[in-house]
Amino acid sequence: MTVTSDAPAALVAGAWEALRTVRDPELDADVVSLDFVAECSVTEDGVAHVRLRLPTYFCAPNFAFLMVADAWDALSQVEGLSDVDVTLIDHFASDAINAGVAARAGFVSSMAGTEVGEAVEELHDLRRSFTERAMMAGTDLVVRPMMRAGATPEQVAGMTLADAPDSDDLRRLRARRRELGIPADDDAPLVVDPVGRTVGLEALPLHLRKARSYQVGVDANTSICKGQLAVRYGL
Amino acid sequence: MYEKDGEKYFIVDSHMHFWDASPQNWVPGAEQYAKGWIECFHAYQGLGPADTHQPLEEFQHVSEEQLMREEFEEGHVDVAIFQSTYLKEWYSNGFNTTEQNGYLAEKYPDKFIVNTRFDPRDGDAGMREFEENVRKYNAKGAKLYTAEWNGDSRGYKLTDPEAYRFLQRAEELGVKNIHVHKGPTIWPLDKDAFDVSDVDHAATDFQGLNFIVEHVGLPRIEDFCFMATQEPNVYAGLSVVIGGLMHARPKFFAKVMGELLFWVGEDKMTFGSDYNIWTPKWQIEGLVDWTMPDDDQFADYPRLDTNGKKKILGLNAAKLYDIDVPADCRIVEGEGAQLVDEREVAQA
Repeated sequence: MTVTSDAPAALVAGAWEALRTVRDPELDADVVSLDFVAECSVTEDGVAHVRLRLPTYFCAPNFAFLMVADAWDALSQVEGLSDVDVTLIDHFASDAINAGVAARAGFVSSMAGTEVGEAVEELHDLRRSFTERAMMAGTDLVVRPMMRAGATPEQVAGMTLADAPDSDDLRRLRARRRELGIPADDDAPLVVDPVGRTVGLEALPLHLRKARSYQVGVDANTSICKGQLAVRYGL
Repeated sequence: MYEKDGEKYFIVDSHMHFWDASPQNWVPGAEQYAKGWIECFHAYQGLGPADTHQPLEEFQHVSEEQLMREEFEEGHVDVAIFQSTYLKEWYSNGFNTTEQNGYLAEKYPDKFIVNTRFDPRDGDAGMREFEENVRKYNAKGAKLYTAEWNGDSRGYKLTDPEAYRFLQRAEELGVKNIHVHKGPTIWPLDKDAFDVSDVDHAATDFQGLNFIVEHVGLPRIEDFCFMATQEPNVYAGLSVVIGGLMHARPKFFAKVMGELLFWVGEDKMTFGSDYNIWTPKWQIEGLVDWTMPDDDQFADYPRLDTNGKKKILGLNAAKLYDIDVPADCRIVEGEGAQLVDEREVAQA
């Protein structure tokens, strides 16, 4: 990752901070931690230039589109920047995605008439579905250590979020629940399903077993993606 | 056959290729896709042991001599199954067609099985080609690539009416093993290429067919697992799982194996090297030596014993393809770990 800039350090720092709020929806990790930011610089006239890269040439164009669009939105909130330029590099749909996001177009119209093909659906449902997965995986990260420390299914079924020890995982779980419109305050139940219903004692073991599978899936994908990125860019 | 500590393992490599991705086979005007595709594969090879890495040029197109050596002489493989993949939008003569693979199979009939393919978007002409390939190569299996580009289309689903027409014909022709690519690498734009719900429906509607989900739906392994546990005729194809994780990320490999053993079970998991992404030798030797880590976080996963490894490395695929297994490599049915049942799931 290169960090170059002639602009005040505060603007560059602000741009990086904004990029940390941009997630790969599939891996539930931010693009800075994933090393997807190939370049982040701010020129003298206050324009942020960001180049994003992905593990492979054929990475999912829908997720790529979301990340480029989210990066654009996040950087646009940084005070002091006069303009924003986000480019996806080394990807089969780079041109279509870059032009579409720059024109503030949706995914469908961005792809229309391009060589890489037509899209028929916008990405709201996809984002929702992956936030639900992230919520399930996050439930495993929070609850599994509690059960390993001795909490029984009966206890867990009756717990609220306040009963879980504070951690990064818990804060992230609360954030995902809020994004899904599921209560995330202290008095909200600890274990809920993806539409926010309380999971009763009877359904709890299978629910937690599935939550673990989601977490293993995220871990496995992350390791493959990181490995691919490292091979591709010699990191 | 692979022998270790007095145990004999009959090896079926159920997912491999003899591809040509060299620049002279790139379709003019689509060079960037042909190049991007094979470079992507090459990066996968980077997840295997360093001493198995090849220069890109060699990787693009190995010779017949090298394939035979790496599969059979060095690679312990008894029978190898070609999974034909066309990608003719990018590769002029195809990436590895039934004919390309069939050439080797005709030369070494006791070593290879050729799976053909069909694409429901090819209509009646595609149907005739499918029937002809089945007849010519005595195919008992077909590889389906639902994310493949075809004209303006960027993918299809097994539940499309045209796909059902082909699946029905496959069953009539005795093509009973349908290998569906659900995993990396290409994506049909906004359709989720890893969504396995179409396999779920097809497996229910075609009980006479077996559906081997190649790459276990990575990166949606959990959806695959939840689906496979409901469908008796759905199998887990382990290509990419072993090659991509066992060496590079052993801890995550153990967890993924744990999930598969738990939900799918060792009777429905099949080894595939994904040659020439990875050679079979290190994958087979590594799996035979592998044990579930003795760590607390793996405590509730099923264990994999010698008999389970024998099934995964060859016996399960031999059953699917009616391959005769030498007596000293067989195991007595009923040995090894039991399949997960609902009761165990509920108690986990």
